[in-house]
Amino acid sequence: MSLASTQKKSFGAVLWDYLTTVDHKKLGNMYIVAGAFFFILGGIEALVIRIQLMKPENDFISAGLYNEMITMHGTTMIFFAAMPILLGLMNAIMPLQIGARDVAFPFLNSLGFWLFLFGGIMLNLSWFLGGAPDAGWTAYTPLSTQSPGHGVDFYVMGLQLSGAGTLIGGINFLVTIVTMRGPGMTYMRMPLFTWTTFIASILILFAFPALTVGLFLLMFDRMFGSAFFDVALGGNSIIWQHLFWIFGHPEVYILILPAFGIFSEIFPVFSKKRLFGYSSMVFATFMIAFLGFMVWAHHMLTVGLGPVANSIFAVATMAIAVPTGIKIFNWLATMWGGSIRINSAMLWSLAFIPSFTIGGMTGVMLATATADYQYHDTYFVIGHFHYVIVGGTLFGILAGLHYWWPKLFGKVLHEGMGKIAFWIFFIGFHLTFFVQHFLGLMGMPRRYWVFLENQGLDTGNLVSTIGAFLMTIGTIIFIINIVYTSIKGEKASADPWGTGRTLEWAVSSPPPEYNFKKLPLVRGLDAYWIEKMDGNDKMTPAEPLVDIHMPNGSILPVTMTIGFFIASFGFIYQVDNKSWLALVFIGFAIALGSMLIRSLKDDHGYHIHKEDLEREAD
Amino acid sequence: MSQDHSLNLKNSHEDPAKATMEGKNKFLGLWFFLGGETVLFASFFATYLSLRESTAGGPTSQELFGLELVFIMTVLLLTSSLTSVYAIYHMKNNNFKKMQLWFGITALLGIAFLACEIYEFAHYIIEYEFTFRSSAFGSAFYTLVGFHGGHVVFGLSWLISLMVRNAKRGLSLYNAPKYNTFAIYWHFIDVVWVFIFTVVYLMGMVS
Repeated sequence: MSLASTQKKSFGAVLWDYLTTVDHKKLGNMYIVAGAFFFILGGIEALVIRIQLMKPENDFISAGLYNEMITMHGTTMIFFAAMPILLGLMNAIMPLQIGARDVAFPFLNSLGFWLFLFGGIMLNLSWFLGGAPDAGWTAYTPLSTQSPGHGVDFYVMGLQLSGAGTLIGGINFLVTIVTMRGPGMTYMRMPLFTWTTFIASILILFAFPALTVGLFLLMFDRMFGSAFFDVALGGNSIIWQHLFWIFGHPEVYILILPAFGIFSEIFPVFSKKRLFGYSSMVFATFMIAFLGFMVWAHHMLTVGLGPVANSIFAVATMAIAVPTGIKIFNWLATMWGGSIRINSAMLWSLAFIPSFTIGGMTGVMLATATADYQYHDTYFVIGHFHYVIVGGTLFGILAGLHYWWPKLFGKVLHEGMGKIAFWIFFIGFHLTFFVQHFLGLMGMPRRYWVFLENQGLDTGNLVSTIGAFLMTIGTIIFIINIVYTSIKGEKASADPWGTGRTLEWAVSSPPPEYNFKKLPLVRGLDAYWIEKMDGNDKMTPAEPLVDIHMPNGSILPVTMTIGFFIASFGFIYQVDNKSWLALVFIGFAIALGSMLIRSLKDDHGYHIHKEDLEREAD
Repeated sequence: MSQDHSLNLKNSHEDPAKATMEGKNKFLGLWFFLGGETVLFASFFATYLSLRESTAGGPTSQELFGLELVFIMTVLLLTSSLTSVYAIYHMKNNNFKKMQLWFGITALLGIAFLACEIYEFAHYIIEYEFTFRSSAFGSAFYTLVGFHGGHVVFGLSWLISLMVRNAKRGLSLYNAPKYNTFAIYWHFIDVVWVFIFTVVYLMGMVS
């Protein structure tokens, strides 16, 4: 344990510590906790949707509320649940894996977190301030420009805030991996999770600005009377679709690639074998990322871009199945002949392979441009993308949480509950979404709040709703597991699985604030495993014990974020009354003032002296 | 990350902007940031290109644009990029006074550019009643050029606060990376303007 945390602190001091922290591990945990909170919100919304569709012509909620539910479910799950939890894992684990003491920009790391959190709060405040956004998570114009009230405004400002935070996070990870790798950690010795963090960050860097622009245009149209999407003044609605999907398609790879990285860590550890085809895995990840930018228009195959454009985008989309297939076979080959240990983390990983493969297969079906006219905007699409996002990303998150929980929170999750939660959730997942493919093929459109009886849709929808309840039960058991483990769980050792291969398992669980007392010397891929095979129980240090330089904490990320948060309200409400513009100025004064203080006030950090380090146990 | 070396420039023979880990990180981080900015402006350019004929009966680009003012603005901004190169040259030679002087000229040129832009926008609005709300072309024009102008404003505030803050302190390994990242950012703004000059004004005059 670190020196500071061995003393009991008051609640206020703890709160202040979390508000000002720039420690990547604490921020990682904060991302995960906040993401889990939004995941529960999004889950409740999903459950409401499924209850409404449980039987024909149900009147559980009104049509308008249903539209708000589907919009908020999608937006929350993608931007405020899946992404932050992945960013949290990246934050907490990646610097440990490369043998670094922190990320390149600890201050920006904190700023990124707070922007994300306040963006999520902004979006969800819409429920209490006159209604949530109701134009779908894709917010297609002119539906979104015509949507009355302020719902879509909250969507625009909330996503703009959190999008800026994500972009900052992506840049931070990129620089960290390029400049902060420890001694001996060459690129081709980096663990796959670090590689996927790197490549997903490239995607964030080049994808998010397109969303930023799209949101600006939508904001200007809704709040300042511009005419980008106003056909009467020469505007063009398709611009939104292009900008949204130029961001939106890479976004799905931002969600799945880190999950691929997580599985690539778990399979070797629990098969006691090195990852099969390491370099082909790295190459495949790059291929997916590259092709991921070439395929955005497959979301628009029915828009009427013409046969040439459709064919190009269809072929590019199908091509992605090749590197993905390489990965699937590599994972299978990793397990082949290994001494496999099946626990919760491994169960989620094993379940991922068939589930995601089904999602990939329906993806190729959807990519077939001519056939897409049949599938487009039906439940077939819903089935497809839940198979890849739940079966891929969410299974990856859950596998990663079970795998890294001891490293993040110092305790091993309860295995029995983990397995029960897995089986209930896994069965529920397939019940919910498998049948939706057929509902879609039978013509059930997405986003409709009711369906008629005796159309052959009754049984399928009921089965789907039952599955959703099973997933809820699985999630509740997982939450109980977390609570139980926090109270009763035993403290985890540095390498609780016994077969850890990468550097994060060479430091205590949870790691001290400076991560490595002496930076470790990396002698090859799976650095810790190499030491183990040579009979060492510790990493060979690459440096003598020296003072460790640490960054100072700062409250400025919070004040900057609050400034932008206040300004966002100003932007939203100045439509009704121009005096709200005052809030814009106040908010920007706070935000820019904080930036000015940050820029002008010297911040050299502090040192942990080696005398203090010597006194701490290893 | 260790910072055992002092922040005193005299002991260093390296480029002061990249002698520390923090300096290297800032340098690289800014380049990545500019990668994202490129996509941002590319998206604005694409939007502008698809809407530049959509004048909805309002003024067209041929009626509006005059190359004289835009030529002056281009000269101002390109020159300011050059002067920032001189400033960085003096930074590398540890000549703080001359660096501040050349950055001062950079700031003046930037302000002059901005003044021209404000005059240009006011001219369009008053003479032609061509506004942000007139047509999709108007929205796209003011958004693209305005976002560039916003970047200039931000860059100027950044530069001036840096110069004022460090006026009495001289150059150190702590503030050299800050000046250096500003200079790279400023060049990027200049490059974007070159594209605006070509795509918005030149193409707007001929077609």
